[in-house]
Amino acid sequence: MLLAATLVPLQAVAFGLVALGAPLVVLTRDPLRQALVNGIYGVSLVCLFVVLQAPDPALSMLVVSSIGYPLVILAAIARVRSRDRTKGDEER
Amino acid sequence: MSYLPYAVAAWICLVGLVGIATSKNLIHLAVCLTVTQSSSYVLLLSVGYVKHGKAPIFFGTPLGSTAVDPVVQALALTDVVVSVAVIALILALALDAHRLSGSVDPDEIADVSG
Amino acid sequence: MSRRTRILVLCPALLGLGALFVWAIAGLPAFGDYRGPYGYVLNRVVVPLRHTTNVVMGTTFDVRGVDTMGEEFILLAAVVGVMLLLRDETRSRQAERHTSRLRTDAVRLVGIVMVGAGLLVGLWLMAFGYITPGGGFQGGLVVAGAILVLYLVGSHRDYRPFRDQHALDPLEALGAGGYVVIGLVALVSGTAFLTNLFGLGKTGTLLSSGSIALLNWASAIAVTCAMLLLFAEFLETYVVPLESEDSGS
Repeated sequence: MLLAATLVPLQAVAFGLVALGAPLVVLTRDPLRQALVNGIYGVSLVCLFVVLQAPDPALSMLVVSSIGYPLVILAAIARVRSRDRTKGDEER
Repeated sequence: MSYLPYAVAAWICLVGLVGIATSKNLIHLAVCLTVTQSSSYVLLLSVGYVKHGKAPIFFGTPLGSTAVDPVVQALALTDVVVSVAVIALILALALDAHRLSGSVDPDEIADVSG
Repeated sequence: MSRRTRILVLCPALLGLGALFVWAIAGLPAFGDYRGPYGYVLNRVVVPLRHTTNVVMGTTFDVRGVDTMGEEFILLAAVVGVMLLLRDETRSRQAERHTSRLRTDAVRLVGIVMVGAGLLVGLWLMAFGYITPGGGFQGGLVVAGAILVLYLVGSHRDYRPFRDQHALDPLEALGAGGYVVIGLVALVSGTAFLTNLFGLGKTGTLLSSGSIALLNWASAIAVTCAMLLLFAEFLETYVVPLESEDSGS
């Protein structure tokens, strides 16, 4: 491919996976499923960072996308759901 | 000539922006914001790449071998850690909006006055 | 602004932004063709000058130390913001006594092993940050994650010491403030802010790279405590739903 003349095939695949993962995250509308897809997108970003010879950002991104983001997103979802449930109980 | 990495970064940024603008749920909006943030990391690390360069760690490799740019890596790694806290702040704002208006849909919250 | 108006305004804006991106990318050098001098200069100069083999760490805490100080204060401000926003939820003390204990022994065993392994890996990443890839930021995140696994497999009582805001607040301030104090020490002794003053040891050992080691530990403490505070604040909002599901245990 003329656009990717100096890219090693491994790097081209990593870039392709990341470019594929981003619209998948956006198109998943349910926040619970989106947290999972975001975790997988984070792993693909880690592969990209490693292939671009950047071990330090890869370490940060690995921990953040497997522990940091799922925690805050799931806690927010749980809180929203429980408040909706108690409000539904009150109205009844 | 190869501009695929920069095109991928621009694509991710635009996709994230579309997600933010057309979102129906504040939590979905926060996750789309993380996608947009990741485009900046991809751009930074692509700009700093040196052809046939290795990682800029010289423990065991001789000094003077080609290595990629360390400055953009320093920026990217602190950025990744701080983005967790920023997304947590945005989710806390979303939870507060839900508490005050009862809905997590940005369009319904906009109708609530006061 | 209604949803339809928003999407109508978005389309030309996206096209304009896309055109700007195309123009910007056309002006960049090709991928791999790195032209800027600083990358080459730093890769040659940092190891002999600062005795640290991890040039990224040398850049984060020495060459661009002021940027890292700014990032730490962003972290501090975001954590303060989260604590203020989620503070006026009603905290019921009864909820803390309910323990939704994991019933599967296999998962608990794996979790306990992970806590120990995670702590060790995190401490190793922090300590050897200026020799091999790693550092205060990554190590701090791993340690905070390992403590979180303690919350997942243990009961509330096991995790409560790590949720105590009266202990975590001063520690986080110690980390962020310690960074500034180390920089000020250089200022007081006559050189510029954040100059590397302390003795540079032998490259490749733990006793090297002067003030980078101290700044590394300060930021590690700050990041660990900031993440623990963040997790505690978010998990606190999770305790209340646990009460409604765990009826009459």
